[in-house]
Amino acid sequence: MTTGLQLADFAAALTHAGHPAPSDLTTWNGSEPGQRFAVYRNNVVVSLIEALATRFPVTEALVGTEFFRAMARVYCTDHPPRSVIMARYGDDFPEFVRSFAPAASLPYLADVAALEALRTTAYHAADAVSLRPEAFAAYPAERLSDLVVTLHPSLHILRSHYAIVSLWGAHHGHGDLADVIPDRAEDALVLRPDDEVIILKLAPGIAEALARLQQGQPLGAVAEAVSATCRDFDPVALFHLLLTSGAVTAMTLGGEAP
Amino acid sequence: MSAFDDCPSSGADHPARAGIGFKPQHFDGLRASQRCGFLEVHAENYMGEGGPFHAQLTTLRRDYPISLHGVGMSIGGERIDPEHLHRLKLLINRYQPASFSEHLAWSSHGPYYFNDLLPIAYDAPTLARVCAHINEVQDTLGWRMLLENPSTYLAFAHSSYDEIDFVSEISRRTGCGLLLDVNNVAVSCVNHGRDPFRYIDAFPMAEVGEIHLAGYAEETDSLEAPLRIDAHDSPVAADVWALYRHALGRSGPVATIIEWDNNVPTLDVLLAEADKAEACLSQYAGQRSAA
Repeated sequence: MTTGLQLADFAAALTHAGHPAPSDLTTWNGSEPGQRFAVYRNNVVVSLIEALATRFPVTEALVGTEFFRAMARVYCTDHPPRSVIMARYGDDFPEFVRSFAPAASLPYLADVAALEALRTTAYHAADAVSLRPEAFAAYPAERLSDLVVTLHPSLHILRSHYAIVSLWGAHHGHGDLADVIPDRAEDALVLRPDDEVIILKLAPGIAEALARLQQGQPLGAVAEAVSATCRDFDPVALFHLLLTSGAVTAMTLGGEAP
Repeated sequence: MSAFDDCPSSGADHPARAGIGFKPQHFDGLRASQRCGFLEVHAENYMGEGGPFHAQLTTLRRDYPISLHGVGMSIGGERIDPEHLHRLKLLINRYQPASFSEHLAWSSHGPYYFNDLLPIAYDAPTLARVCAHINEVQDTLGWRMLLENPSTYLAFAHSSYDEIDFVSEISRRTGCGLLLDVNNVAVSCVNHGRDPFRYIDAFPMAEVGEIHLAGYAEETDSLEAPLRIDAHDSPVAADVWALYRHALGRSGPVATIIEWDNNVPTLDVLLAEADKAEACLSQYAGQRSAA
């Protein structure tokens, strides 16, 4: 019978090319079972590589298809999916890329992969209706600093030492890759207010401000705290982003029940 | 016999029409008007919390019956993941599909999911395990599911049942319906040296609630004998159409889906395949003679 032990045998041999095919396999014509077993092995590995290539197209473009597929093959051998939801496969691929020695000459590669991972996560995140800019007008100007906002469930922030948004954008028709200076730090906002994911480069201090807003700190306190540590932070730019990007789905005045 | 013999949910509102596997790139073409009898979607693609996939399916559900086809339940595996079953139940409640189907295969082991449909031995302990899993699925969902015959490349030396006897016995013990994948018949019969027409003749047609058609690829084994691969990357082959007509001759019209998952063509090409199936269905209209 296909007992747990036999399934384990089959499973181990699937993702490890050096592992012998399971015993107890047979063919109608006496042909080599190992060769037929290789069909399953190939199906599994190729489908996983394809899943990664679909999720990480810019990462693939940055290293070339051959390098990417070799890297992906190592990853899927050591990290088969742990969920049947394949949209999630590769959540930890960026961390793998970070430690993958042959890619060490491209130190920004892992952060670009992390940005692409967040893009898919945002694509499948829960739906929520963003507040329109007029919603802010309901509050008197002197109370705006007391506002506590709820950010969209698809919203993610990624802070990098590298120009990840510019690198990503250059592969999506925004600017020339040759003009991107990779060593320039950039903060990314990933957000899906409607049916498309937007990726924005954030001005100084905005990423920290959004992180504080995510923790439920009121707008005024956030502006004060970030201004104290980041002299280029512009609270007006933060307010403009909150008004126009669709990042806010609800708000209350501090002290009110949400 | 099982309580699911009389359960009307699966198959009852399943029109005996031809449909296609839905691909997101075809959304705009499909939403404008009803272009085919129904749409198949893979359940696991709709297990995210929100986003465009759900928005598209919500829109399409208004114009099309939906065949919800699972690829990750691992019915032949060690255990059914209760979390996965719960997600599936939510999906069924939300979209009220015309049918839910899964495969006679396994795809998960321990903590890992292999994203492929892997073969099982046809022996008594495996039969008992598969039946227990199908009972668990049907009891949790409150639905009669359809079980699909597999494409396989290998057999297990200790298998003691013929595939059709195995499938028939599962249906008899659990009350589940069957999904006859005619392409899988064409693939498996070549891969195991069997006559596909005899396979169709012996299949328990009265339990069939849905038929699948797809394209296969052809390789060779170590003895240069043909080895067919369930590739879903090309038009339905001529021998599969012939088998399909043979099956309809026994079953009468049954809801039929064209599956084309790799190298996906334009919507028009896919719909032309569905039209061919529709023409076959109308030839057999008025018959329902599962003997």
